[in-house]
Amino acid sequence: MSNIPVLIVLLPLSAALLCMAFTLVHRRLGRDLVLLSLGASLVLSVIQLKQVIHKGAVSYRFGGYAVPYGIEFRIDSISAVMLVMIFTIGLSTALFCMSFEAKDGNRIKIGGGYTLLALLVVGMAGMTSTGDIFNLYVFLEITSLSGYCLIALGGSRGLVAAFRYMLVGTVAATFYLLGAGILYSQTGTLNMGDMHRLLAAGVSTEAQAAAMIFFIAAFGIKMALFPFHGWQPSAYAHAEAGARPLIAGVMGKIPAYALFRYLFCVYGTEFRLLDKFLLVTGILSCAGIIYGSIRAMAQTDLRKMLAYSSIAQIGYISLGFATGCPAGIAGGFMHMLAHAFMKSGLFFGTGAIRQKYGSMELDDLGYIYRKMPLTSFLLVTASLSMVGIPPLAGFFSKWYIGLGAAESHHLVYLFVLVISSLLNAVYFFKLFEKMFMAKDKKLPDRLTGQAGEVPWNMTIAIVVCAAAIILIGIFNVAVFNVLMQSISEVGL
Amino acid sequence: MIHMIIFNPAIRPVLAVAVTMAASALIFITGDHIHRNAREAITFIAAFLNCALIMSLVPAVLAGEEMRFSILEIVKGVELAFNPDPAGMVFACVSSSLWILTSLYSTGYMRGHHEKNQTGYFAAFAMCISAATGICFAANLITFFIFFEILTVATYPLVVHYRDETGRRSGRKYLAYTLISGQLFFAGIVIVYWLTGTMEFRAGGFIKTDLLPLPLMAVLFFLMAGAGMVKAGVMPFHSWLPAAMVAPTPVSALLHAVAVVKAGAFAVIRVSFFVFGPDTLKACGAARILSWFAVATILISSFIAMKQDNLKARLAFSTIGQLSYIILGVAMMYPFGAVGGLFHIVAHAFMKITLFMCAGAVYVTTGKKNISEMVGIGRQMPVTMACFAIVSVALAGFPPFVGFVSKANLVMGAVAVQSPLYAFTYVASGLLALAYLMPVVFIAFKRDIINSEFAVKKEACWPMLVPILVTTSAVILLGLVPDAGPHLYDLAVSAGQQIFGTLGVGI
Repeated sequence: MSNIPVLIVLLPLSAALLCMAFTLVHRRLGRDLVLLSLGASLVLSVIQLKQVIHKGAVSYRFGGYAVPYGIEFRIDSISAVMLVMIFTIGLSTALFCMSFEAKDGNRIKIGGGYTLLALLVVGMAGMTSTGDIFNLYVFLEITSLSGYCLIALGGSRGLVAAFRYMLVGTVAATFYLLGAGILYSQTGTLNMGDMHRLLAAGVSTEAQAAAMIFFIAAFGIKMALFPFHGWQPSAYAHAEAGARPLIAGVMGKIPAYALFRYLFCVYGTEFRLLDKFLLVTGILSCAGIIYGSIRAMAQTDLRKMLAYSSIAQIGYISLGFATGCPAGIAGGFMHMLAHAFMKSGLFFGTGAIRQKYGSMELDDLGYIYRKMPLTSFLLVTASLSMVGIPPLAGFFSKWYIGLGAAESHHLVYLFVLVISSLLNAVYFFKLFEKMFMAKDKKLPDRLTGQAGEVPWNMTIAIVVCAAAIILIGIFNVAVFNVLMQSISEVGL
Repeated sequence: MIHMIIFNPAIRPVLAVAVTMAASALIFITGDHIHRNAREAITFIAAFLNCALIMSLVPAVLAGEEMRFSILEIVKGVELAFNPDPAGMVFACVSSSLWILTSLYSTGYMRGHHEKNQTGYFAAFAMCISAATGICFAANLITFFIFFEILTVATYPLVVHYRDETGRRSGRKYLAYTLISGQLFFAGIVIVYWLTGTMEFRAGGFIKTDLLPLPLMAVLFFLMAGAGMVKAGVMPFHSWLPAAMVAPTPVSALLHAVAVVKAGAFAVIRVSFFVFGPDTLKACGAARILSWFAVATILISSFIAMKQDNLKARLAFSTIGQLSYIILGVAMMYPFGAVGGLFHIVAHAFMKITLFMCAGAVYVTTGKKNISEMVGIGRQMPVTMACFAIVSVALAGFPPFVGFVSKANLVMGAVAVQSPLYAFTYVASGLLALAYLMPVVFIAFKRDIINSEFAVKKEACWPMLVPILVTTSAVILLGLVPDAGPHLYDLAVSAGQQIFGTLGVGI
């Protein structure tokens, strides 16, 4: 049996644990270890994706215990794709972080930062891989705790934001445990596949519904689904600058994926109230899409604008799920991928601008396209993709979600997508106006003596995101086919 | 292998789009680092290649050869595919040949006027032409929509070219109109694909009359055709077009009189004849509603045009009216109307681009924008203003100019569908065109007053003058021999035959 599924999580976990010690030995050693482990996991996750595409879902049993009793890692085509995404952005972010290390050379701070980053990646990878309900909780907590710390590292405002997030996040974790507890009391199992079988065999609908309410609330808080989003804008905006792309780009997606697993893999169509819950999810998503877009329009701080836009974009993903038909769900996942690269890309871009010119205000972006052409290219690509201009990734995810909306006879969803695209256009073209037409403020360049517009590590992150947005767009059918491999097994 | 690629006609549309897009990228990346002559050379090479590739397709298209070429599966179940057909060829030939002339004119204009941001200008221009070419050849709705949206976005930098407050406001207006209608178009495409499971254009339409209740069918039609109507400046969705006249004149000439706005008219043609079909649109009443929009636009815009003192604004309102000629031709749902509408794409393109280029030549040479300041300008720029006079008459629809050919078809269509209103509209609009264009000519050639400003004969520089002369000759030549050159009239007729069967066409 191949050990790849567990190695993918184990390598960064070991690196995280060793990072601090290594950093104390040499300032760069811990960082290099984390980078190496993330790179190795990225390679492994790509290999695993290939295997899954060719041979179907992979199951890894810890300690060789048979499935309902031991812990299982179960990688289907969706989770394999998600893992590749997590590690691509994780590695890019780790590279990007190198420019944001503590200036005073404090080794505890530097080593601690990379440890937390690696732990965040471990938590997300674990949540994606696991097939066990309680195991999911453990990884959820790893993700949350490292997330709180990384947000708190972003200065005094980050500290307040992290505290708020922690209060709400703890509630979410408790909700999740309550839901899991209800299901466990009814079925006596913690394995997702087994749970699905037992739930279908006859567990009272009331108990299932009660648990589902807890799950939607728990994951809703974690993914910042409207109206559970209160913590999110300040947390994203004030998180540690280097880790921001990962936090804003990927962290919200993993609970969304977990929500999918509960809705369609654990409960499934056998659950009598599934339609009702999908409708609730759909309504919340629509409200979030409109609310997030409108709030984003009103922001002058670029980070806040992007954070509010995330509330809307997360809504797209859950809206895709809420259509309850394969095309829509695939669209939701496609948007998860697309948005991960778009939002990380936007934060990479703004991070690079901040690093070079020390400002994040929209009004300071004048003529940035001449001074930082590559960064501007990424910002423009990602923004157009957000608006849904073909042939970029955002258009195609919207296409599949729209198709799902039509197939499930929810044409309202389709028009919510339309309205939201237009609202997105309002604030992203405002960004373009600032970038291309505002007066050049002649801010001092803080990175003088640098070949190229930004350091090489930032360049990698920027190029990766821009390429991903374009390639996912043009080759969306390939992604769609891989996603459908698992979605078709759900039995919709 | 290479032999196959070059001589396979089916791949030429792809090459035409790709060459232009590559030129755009190349200009954008290298433009500021190479000499401006080298930069303009890229434009010219791309323009000639684009034009040659497209023109070389004419015989095959006229012969009715099937040349569908699929590049890749762009969304599940639908390909990104090109399929040159007569209707698309008409538009493609016009936009590609006029691009060469406009490039020459642009060079003269932009340098004569010492414009900033020329690199971005030429890059965006090439991107627009690439998108327009894609729109012409798109074999299905999704391909069409992709290029339609690229065109929307690529035009934006040209509208805001001057980066000032007016430009910014016009840019916002432009985006508000085109993006909203574009997104509704998107929703319409999703619904059509969901209902029919196909997106492939078919002459005569693929939507059956009984697919939807008829009122909903009309709603769906306007959801989709609305995007085209906005780009074509059909009232009340027109106000972005006069606002967009803040762009440099070559942009107004090629994009806001030919490529962008005709892409809108072409979208209406595709959606009407290749998605819904004449029968369905007649049954659900959408054709009639569309014709009301067009009639109102033609008449109202002419009256507004008369009141404009700014020459470009006057021409803009004239464009709005002329584009609705095409829309009204479509709305007749009759072969003559369709042929006339398609050929009016050609006719109006050559006429209006000449008028705009004259306006630009006057502006660069004398700095005059307003008609009231142009008293006696014919003394200084006799050739330019003579061309302006000839084309003004052509625009009113007099023989032996190209405007007559399309208009004759359109009027015959109006007679054939027994609609006095349509016929009256075309005739009245011709007279109104005279009423708003001839004063310019009379003012320019006023004999009794000698304006000291314009006493010395001094034409615009040759890169601006040559295109004006070429397009004016084309207006005359195509009027005498509509089939000269790339057989544009034949193409329009054969498109009409494809759409309606063989009924009633053959003049």
